[in-house]
Amino acid sequence: MAAPAKDTSFKVESRQLDGPELAKDLLITGIITFLLLTPIVFYKTIMNQGTLLLETRALLVFVLTAIVVVGRLLLHLFVWQRAPQAGRPAPAAAVAAAAPAHDWREDAAKWVPLVMLGLAILLPWIVQMIPGWDRRGLGIATYILSYIMLAWGLNIVVGLAGLLDLGYVAFYAVGAYAYALLTTVYFPMWFGDGIIPWTFYIVLPLAGLLAALWGVILGFPVLRLRGDYLAIVTLAFGEIIRLVLINWFSFTKGPQGISVPKATFFGLPFADEPGGFADFFGLEYNRLHFFFFLYYVILALALVTYVATNRLRRLPIGRAWEALREDEIACRALGINTTNTKLTAFAIGAMFGGFAGSFFAARQGFVSPESFVYMESAFILAIVVLGGLGSQMGIVFAAILIMGSFELFRELGVLEAVLPEGVEAIQFRMLCVGLAMVLMMRWRPRGLVTRREPTVFLKEKKSVSADLVSQGHG
Amino acid sequence: MSEAWSKDPELRVEHLTMRFGGLTAIGDLSFDAGRKQITALIGPNGAGKTTVFNCITGFYKPTEGTIKHRHPDGSEFLLERMDDFIITQKSKVARTFQNIRLFGGMTVLENLMVAQHNELMKASSWTVGGLLGSGKFHRREKEAIETAKFWLERTGLMDRADDPAGDLPYGAQRRLEIARAMCTGPRLLCLDEPAAGLNPRESEDLNKLLISIRDKQDVAILLIEHDMSVVMGISDHVVVLDYGRKISDGNPDHVKNDPAVIRAYLGVDDDADDLNPAKMGVAKGDEIRSKVAASPAALKSERVAVPPPPVLKLPDQPDIPAAKVAVAAPVKAEAKKAAPAKKAAPAKKAAPKKTAKKTSKKGGRK
Repeated sequence: MAAPAKDTSFKVESRQLDGPELAKDLLITGIITFLLLTPIVFYKTIMNQGTLLLETRALLVFVLTAIVVVGRLLLHLFVWQRAPQAGRPAPAAAVAAAAPAHDWREDAAKWVPLVMLGLAILLPWIVQMIPGWDRRGLGIATYILSYIMLAWGLNIVVGLAGLLDLGYVAFYAVGAYAYALLTTVYFPMWFGDGIIPWTFYIVLPLAGLLAALWGVILGFPVLRLRGDYLAIVTLAFGEIIRLVLINWFSFTKGPQGISVPKATFFGLPFADEPGGFADFFGLEYNRLHFFFFLYYVILALALVTYVATNRLRRLPIGRAWEALREDEIACRALGINTTNTKLTAFAIGAMFGGFAGSFFAARQGFVSPESFVYMESAFILAIVVLGGLGSQMGIVFAAILIMGSFELFRELGVLEAVLPEGVEAIQFRMLCVGLAMVLMMRWRPRGLVTRREPTVFLKEKKSVSADLVSQGHG
Repeated sequence: MSEAWSKDPELRVEHLTMRFGGLTAIGDLSFDAGRKQITALIGPNGAGKTTVFNCITGFYKPTEGTIKHRHPDGSEFLLERMDDFIITQKSKVARTFQNIRLFGGMTVLENLMVAQHNELMKASSWTVGGLLGSGKFHRREKEAIETAKFWLERTGLMDRADDPAGDLPYGAQRRLEIARAMCTGPRLLCLDEPAAGLNPRESEDLNKLLISIRDKQDVAILLIEHDMSVVMGISDHVVVLDYGRKISDGNPDHVKNDPAVIRAYLGVDDDADDLNPAKMGVAKGDEIRSKVAASPAALKSERVAVPPPPVLKLPDQPDIPAAKVAVAAPVKAEAKKAAPAKKAAPAKKAAPKKTAKKTSKKGGRK
């Protein structure tokens, strides 16, 4: 409460400018912009048949400076002018603004998930209506959903139990390789080739269990660690798994990767052949069937994750996770076995990672250690943090924002038209994501959705402000 | 101590010793806590009270000695061998903390539900049943909410049930911590300074609550407290520690008049310069008692009348003699002029606690 109130009052004092003050402000803005732009924009080097030429672009500098100054003037006149008048205490204004917003949030918490669910179910058909987007749109949606699922899984460990895990991608890898190896090597060896079309459905749960097992294996040595130390060890664990995948050539085929048969519709392959999915249902063969199928599989998996996590939160184990995040010593004093509680958090979080990994392999038809680099863990964690620790809906928005913007840059090149010739928009995607994160952390430091929903209530369900919710110690 | 209750005590601490490196925080401490009794553990700051609690509740492993917790059905638990959470789970010992440890981001009701974790865990068949929506779990959860409501009612927190625990005022947080400990269904409740920071009315309510817990819930209470109105008002039995050793043990009246206790709290005259309580002669004690004639009465009622413990000692560490001398030296002359109890009297008037305490303390301990 204190920090935003302070900010508001600062604005009230500094933005209410008149005549000379305004001119001075604009002049300073102009000078700063000019000084900044000169080295960045004014000079441009051009390679011209082996010689390097220096081009100056004075006009561009002038135009950009003018845009900034005029923009600031407009802000002064139309935006900052509307700030509360002097004399009205800023904190009171903030409180008054917060009161109605509170009700709005409570309502939103109810209908947003339902709207999102409806949207998710209808999405493949909505996407069909946009020309040229049928495959691409479904692909992006599937991609984003798999990250939503991963982030929901990691949310159990980081958001609920408060254990910072930087190596989550390891479980994703375990799931993917479990699918790849069981499908291509072990199942045919044990049960014969006939089982291959069915392996997806058999291996999916197995991959989850294997990942959960690895979650426990990771959990044991790090039980006593907290905070930075825990983060470092989990980071190392993620890297170890990747390095083992690269170097244990006889088992994993190393960097070559493994080609995997793609998932089937309960034994019916998505192929233009007799006995294929289209043939069986008497449909005309369409490559989109496979994409529809993948989309609904990951949607179902993600929903299972969502519902399971929501239920777990309302069970004693979920409350123990959150209590663990709040105060571990108090947990022990209440007779809670914190060792088991942490291990279940690691195991269940890892299990969902394993499901997602298994799906990843079945979708790609190929796995290699390159897919499981540290950056993946970082992105999943970024989604969880930006969404708001512990908040499942926040994660959905954060995943759409981060992974969606990535794909937009990749697929659309929205900026291609704006940018000069030869500069590809895709080069800017990391920059933009970084900028978005900085802005988010400035304006919403606790993530998009900051309020915690209580798991049980007597009379009235009041969500808990993030100021009170601990962020965990590890 | 050969009273009837001590034949079958709830808790028996024998020869408990806790050393941290070269420091002996508790030295050869033995005491009993009776069934359905409130046993107070008092002593100046750093006397080792909280260390005793940490040993009983398993947060520390004692260096020597045994802690036996015996249930009325005869089952006996050796607490010094058990892990902290097992002690709460099996032996039914619950505790609160000197610095409140609530789950601030969870609601009051959720705090009380977490306290019933083990019962609910069993009812949910270790999560599996709960995940599948078993009726048994639903019934058990309803019961758990009823238990929580019962304690909310008892602690006067019913109206705040759905508020985050971190939002409660200080006194309510203290009560919630007691309610949470009671929700674990304990046989022995260990309270570490439950009245710290409470105003007189709140500590009056606390007294009532503790007495009703003892009488209606059939729970033995072990209490660390500096607030003498709480200690003397409700304790059945008081154990006094100083420098990790027991200096007195008995009912409140006995303890109040014990020269060793008076000496530990109020200090002694300058010529009684032997600082070891064990070596204190009876004659000397009598002499002091006559000097501090006002003190028993003062001890009884007023919080400020008992000058609280010396400031200069580190918590949970035995005193270092050098420090003691250093404290004593500047106030020596002062102490000569007035008998300790008299020094306490002005402190009583100059109510703002901290400063008053400090001056009287210096005079007291030497």
